Amino acid sequence: MEHEIIISSLTKKFGDITAVDNLNIKIKENTIFGLVGPDGAGKTTTMRILLSLLTPDSGTAEIGGRDILKESEEIKQHIGYMPQRFSLYGDLTVLENLEFYAEIYQVPKKEKKEKIEDLLRFSNLTNHSYKLADQLSGGMKQKLALSCNLIHTPKYLLLDEPTIGVDPVARREFWKILFELKEGGTTIFVSTPYMDEAERCDEIGLMNNGKIVKTDTPANIINSFNKPIICVTSENNHLARDIALKEEYVTDSYLFGEELHIVVDDSDNAIKKLLKKFDTNYIKASINKISPSLEDVFVNIIKSEKRR
Amino acid sequence: MEYAIEIENLTKRFDNFIAVNNVNFKVKKGDVFGFLGPNGSGKTTVIRMLMGLISPTSGTGKVLGYDISKESEKIRSKIGYMSQKFSLYDDLTVDENLDFYAGVYCVPKDKINKKKKEILEMADLVGKEDMITSNLSGGWKQRLALGCSIIHEPDILLLDEPTGGVDPIARRQFWDVIYDLSKKGVTILVTTHYMDEAEHCNSIGFLYYGNILSLDTPNCMKEKIIDGDIVEIKSSNTLKSIELLKLKNTVRDASVYGAGIHVMTEPNTDLNELKECLIQNHIQVISIKKVKPSLEDVFVFLVEKENRK
Repeated sequence: MEHEIIISSLTKKFGDITAVDNLNIKIKENTIFGLVGPDGAGKTTTMRILLSLLTPDSGTAEIGGRDILKESEEIKQHIGYMPQRFSLYGDLTVLENLEFYAEIYQVPKKEKKEKIEDLLRFSNLTNHSYKLADQLSGGMKQKLALSCNLIHTPKYLLLDEPTIGVDPVARREFWKILFELKEGGTTIFVSTPYMDEAERCDEIGLMNNGKIVKTDTPANIINSFNKPIICVTSENNHLARDIALKEEYVTDSYLFGEELHIVVDDSDNAIKKLLKKFDTNYIKASINKISPSLEDVFVNIIKSEKRR
Repeated sequence: MEYAIEIENLTKRFDNFIAVNNVNFKVKKGDVFGFLGPNGSGKTTVIRMLMGLISPTSGTGKVLGYDISKESEKIRSKIGYMSQKFSLYDDLTVDENLDFYAGVYCVPKDKINKKKKEILEMADLVGKEDMITSNLSGGWKQRLALGCSIIHEPDILLLDEPTGGVDPIARRQFWDVIYDLSKKGVTILVTTHYMDEAEHCNSIGFLYYGNILSLDTPNCMKEKIIDGDIVEIKSSNTLKSIELLKLKNTVRDASVYGAGIHVMTEPNTDLNELKECLIQNHIQVISIKKVKPSLEDVFVFLVEKENRK
């Protein structure tokens, strides 16, 4: 399969800080690639370079066979970009916002009306088209911002943490739209701090300190994690965690929703010993082996990077 | 039982718009209370009323025994507040931000240094005192903002979406601090869109367009609210599977969940029947099983039930 976005040896420094450090990423045509990493990993800087909003110190990237340093104007016609703080005109209506973006992207008059109608239907905003953007809920604003950046039918979509501050129902709807876009032939590059969203991508890149630590399909990244994880359910997970962390056979222990996850070397042995420990501390607990989730893998990889 | 927050029939109208509609809830001293709901459901309006920044149209509220309409001055000195837009001075250092907030909250001079040291340790910011705030990463900024909001040792902490846009490790560190505070007896009310965080709360209130739809512990919510089954399916084509499943009359809803699909079905639906339906349409079923509903399932269920009304 052909690679549509190729980032080669990209580096960007701000003073002493290397925000993007010799970065290499290849994104296949018609896939969703998720860029995942802690704050300050360099995700936004990478996106900005791809859009030619920042110039790299060295290295380059190609989008659809065009070089970002030499052909940025041509590239821009084929890219849709939604920054973290998307810019809508709050005092314009939904329809007016779409018309404004159609002008900016120079959508031909003949196509404009039909395209806007399509996008309104697509994002479920048809009944809200005369509302001011400011009066929309967070989820609707986000769908409008996405629609504005789809007005020129881009082949590539760059989304920088698009679902922050959006509730679970709206997030699900948003992802359904992304799947539909992919189905329609769009290549999507999205950064996210949500691990459940990362799991929906065809491929993900774990980014830390400006570098890609790992790139693969979510399933392969999970399978490559070679330490056993055990899961504790108890009435006092906090106390249980403090106790577990004192044991020398415990590598790490952290809360996971209502569960407590513990990383160990030998699960059978650890379960036996921990049950005894918990019992002497009057904690009723049950422990079982689990297969790690992407969030487990993420937390462990980033923590081990930090220890270096 | 002592309550730190008691709210009775609280209502707030803005002209014709009812932002908060007859809301009742109580938060025990030292508890962590999670306030959930979609964007625009009225969570921030409730928080603003608790702080006495806006007055209720009707109903009453008590914070630490003080009336929110009449004694808001007394309440404010005992409340710490942190909003989603961490209100820090970006061009000041970490230390200067703490000094500034200590000044605002009138922390006695002889206490300031001791308090600052405590906060820097708690927020894992030791060694970063002289860094300019704008150079801090999201997680650090967030813990500094939290530190600034507790420099006057408040009895109650109101946190309005404190972890939006913060990575999973920083979020865990943040919640560790929240727990420590709760252990020391601080009462915490927190709004969040992260359902895994909501699991950490002692109790949860679910707000939707100004109405409380459900008020319970996370476990009870998961056990009691959904009257059907949740089936988790992983298949070779998520989007097409959802479309097909939605056509079945035993299926109430199907949507993207993690890497797979969560299907809400009528009780005791035959899983083989669902599987067959996908296979017949040339979709490979990687796994299919009944699962315990998650808080996210509960959230989505409540919203959609309300929307159908």
